[in-house]
Amino acid sequence: MDVIEKGVGRIFTDPDADKAREFFRHKSRALVSKLTTVKEAVKELIKDGDYISVGGFGANRVPISVLHEILRQKKKDLGLAGHTATHDFQILSAGKVFNRCDIAYIIGLEARGLSPNARAYMQSGEVEVTEWTNYTMSARYKAAAAGVSFHPIRNMMGTDTFKYSAAAVSECPFTGQKYTLVPALYSDVAVIHAHEADIYGNCRVRGILMSDWDIARSSKKVIITCERLIPNDEIRRDPTMTFIPYYCVDAVCEVPYGSYPGNMYQEYFSDEDHLREWLKVEKDPEAFKKFLDKNIYGVQDHFEYIERNGGIRKMQMLRQKEWLFRGARQ
Amino acid sequence: MADFNTMELMICTAARELEDGACVGVGTGAPCAAAMLAQKTKSPNLTIIFEAGGVAPLVPEMPISVGDSRTTWKACMASSMPDVMETGCRGMLDYTFLGGAEIDMYGNLNSTRIGSDHQKPKVRFPGSGGANDFASFAWRMMVMTPQDSKRFVERCTYVTTPGWINGGDSRAKCGLAVGAGPYKIITNMAVMDFEPESKRMRIVALNHGFGLKDVEENCGFELIKAAKIIENPPPTEQELAILREEVDPYRYVIGR
Repeated sequence: MDVIEKGVGRIFTDPDADKAREFFRHKSRALVSKLTTVKEAVKELIKDGDYISVGGFGANRVPISVLHEILRQKKKDLGLAGHTATHDFQILSAGKVFNRCDIAYIIGLEARGLSPNARAYMQSGEVEVTEWTNYTMSARYKAAAAGVSFHPIRNMMGTDTFKYSAAAVSECPFTGQKYTLVPALYSDVAVIHAHEADIYGNCRVRGILMSDWDIARSSKKVIITCERLIPNDEIRRDPTMTFIPYYCVDAVCEVPYGSYPGNMYQEYFSDEDHLREWLKVEKDPEAFKKFLDKNIYGVQDHFEYIERNGGIRKMQMLRQKEWLFRGARQ
Repeated sequence: MADFNTMELMICTAARELEDGACVGVGTGAPCAAAMLAQKTKSPNLTIIFEAGGVAPLVPEMPISVGDSRTTWKACMASSMPDVMETGCRGMLDYTFLGGAEIDMYGNLNSTRIGSDHQKPKVRFPGSGGANDFASFAWRMMVMTPQDSKRFVERCTYVTTPGWINGGDSRAKCGLAVGAGPYKIITNMAVMDFEPESKRMRIVALNHGFGLKDVEENCGFELIKAAKIIENPPPTEQELAILREEVDPYRYVIGR
C-alpha cells in the first residue's frame, strides 16, 4: 500500500498485531475472582511508564477512585490517551503523572471552562503530544480490538490535525479514493467505571458506551470499578446486558459513587459546585495544593473523599438531580 | 421590534436553518439551544445527535457535557461515539455547529493552539475533540461566533478542522467527502455563506442596526458581497418566548 502523505507525530504504542496476539495468547481466560481493592489494583497493574486509557467521557461514568489512587501512589512517566478527556485529564495533570499524550480533546471541561493548571502543564513543554480527533481515537481502539494494525477513516486530511498526527494517507485498492489510515492503539492499561460487574469481571453499563466497548477489548490489562457487584447468576440470567466479558478484565473493585464528582447515568448527576470550585482554586497555586491535599493526597479512599464533600446527603441531592425531581433540587 | 441580546439573535437565526426532518450533530451551549429551539418551533421532527452517543433525546434542560445524562433523556437510543461518527461518515448527518479561536476566509477553524512550537505552544486550546470529525462528515457545517477581526483571520495559524481548505475544489482533492463543507457563518452582525466557485466567505445578510462597514471593520480579510444583501429578520416574540421559557430558563447560554 503506497503512502501518499504522513503525519509528523510519534506513535506512543506499538500497533503490531502479531506482538499484541502474542500478549493476548498468554492472557488468562480463567473464570476466577478478580475482586480486589483500588489500592491493590493500581499498585499491581499500573507500572511507571505504562500507557493508559480512561473509559467514559471526561466527567461522565469515569473511574475517579483509580485516578486519585494513581496520584496518591505517585505513578510517573505514564502515556495517556487524551480522548474526550475533561475532569479525568484535570486530575492526572494535577499530579503530573504523564509525559506523553495522544490528544483528541484535553484541558477543557466543556461548558464549564478550561483548567488553568492542565493548560499550563500542556504549555510547559514537559508533555510530548501527537494530535488526533475523537473519532480517530475511537477508530484506533477499533483496529486494536479487531486485532489489526490500522483502521481507515475519512477525515483529518488537509488539516494541521493530520500534519501533527501519526496517521498516513493512502488510496483504497478498490475505488482509488483517499483515506487516512490510523494506527491501532493497544493500551497497557484501561480503567473503566461500570454500573454493575460480577467478581469475574463481566460488566454492564446503562446509557451511552462512548468508546468503551473497544477500549476494554484492545487494552492489555483492564481495571474495572463498579457502582455495585452483582451475582454471576444475574449475568447469566440475561447475557445480552454484558458489554465487557470476564476474560478482558484483570481487576474488579466495588466503588459506589465511583464516578463522583462526575455524572453516572440514572444514578447521580455531576457535582457542579465541586467542579466549579476545582476550576477556581487552580488559579492560586497555594490554595490548589491545599485543595489537592484535602481531596486526594490526604484521604484514604473514595469514601473519605465523598465524606469530605458532603457525604451521603450530597449523594442523595445528586441522585435527585439526575432524575430531575425538580421540587427536591437544591 | 422585540428586545433581545446578541446570543438570542444568533440562536434564533441558527434555529431557522434547521429544517424539519433533518439531523443535526450538536455540542453544548448555543448550538444545543438552537437545535432545541428549532425542535420546539418549526422543526418538531429534527433529529438531535450528540457525539458521545445520545441519539434523538428530548433534551429537558441545557446539557453541561455532550456525554451527560441530559443528552440521552427520553432518547431513542443510547449509542456510542464510533456509531454516531460512522452515521455521519455514511452521509446521514445534515448539520453541525462548530467554533474556534480562529476562522478563516474558507471556513477552516483553529481550536488547537496559538504559537509556532507545537510541543510547547504559547496558548494551548482543547484540540479537535469531535470537530474535525463532524466538519468532515456533516453535509453542512455552521458556525455561531462574535464578529471580531482577531477571530476572522485571512488564514488560520493552525487548521484543526477543515472548512473549504484552500477554496475551489481543494477540499474534495484532499480526499474529504464530496459535497460536504461549511455552509453558514452566523455572527452578532451578519450572516455569511460561501461563494460557490471560489468557496470564499460571502456576506448575505446584515442584522438590524449593522452596516457593511461594521462587518468589514471586524473581519481580518476581504469578504465577498452577495448581489443582494438582505436584512436578517430579527427574532420573533414567539421564538424569544420559547427560547427563554422552555429552552434555557436558567439563562445558562442566553445569559452569557
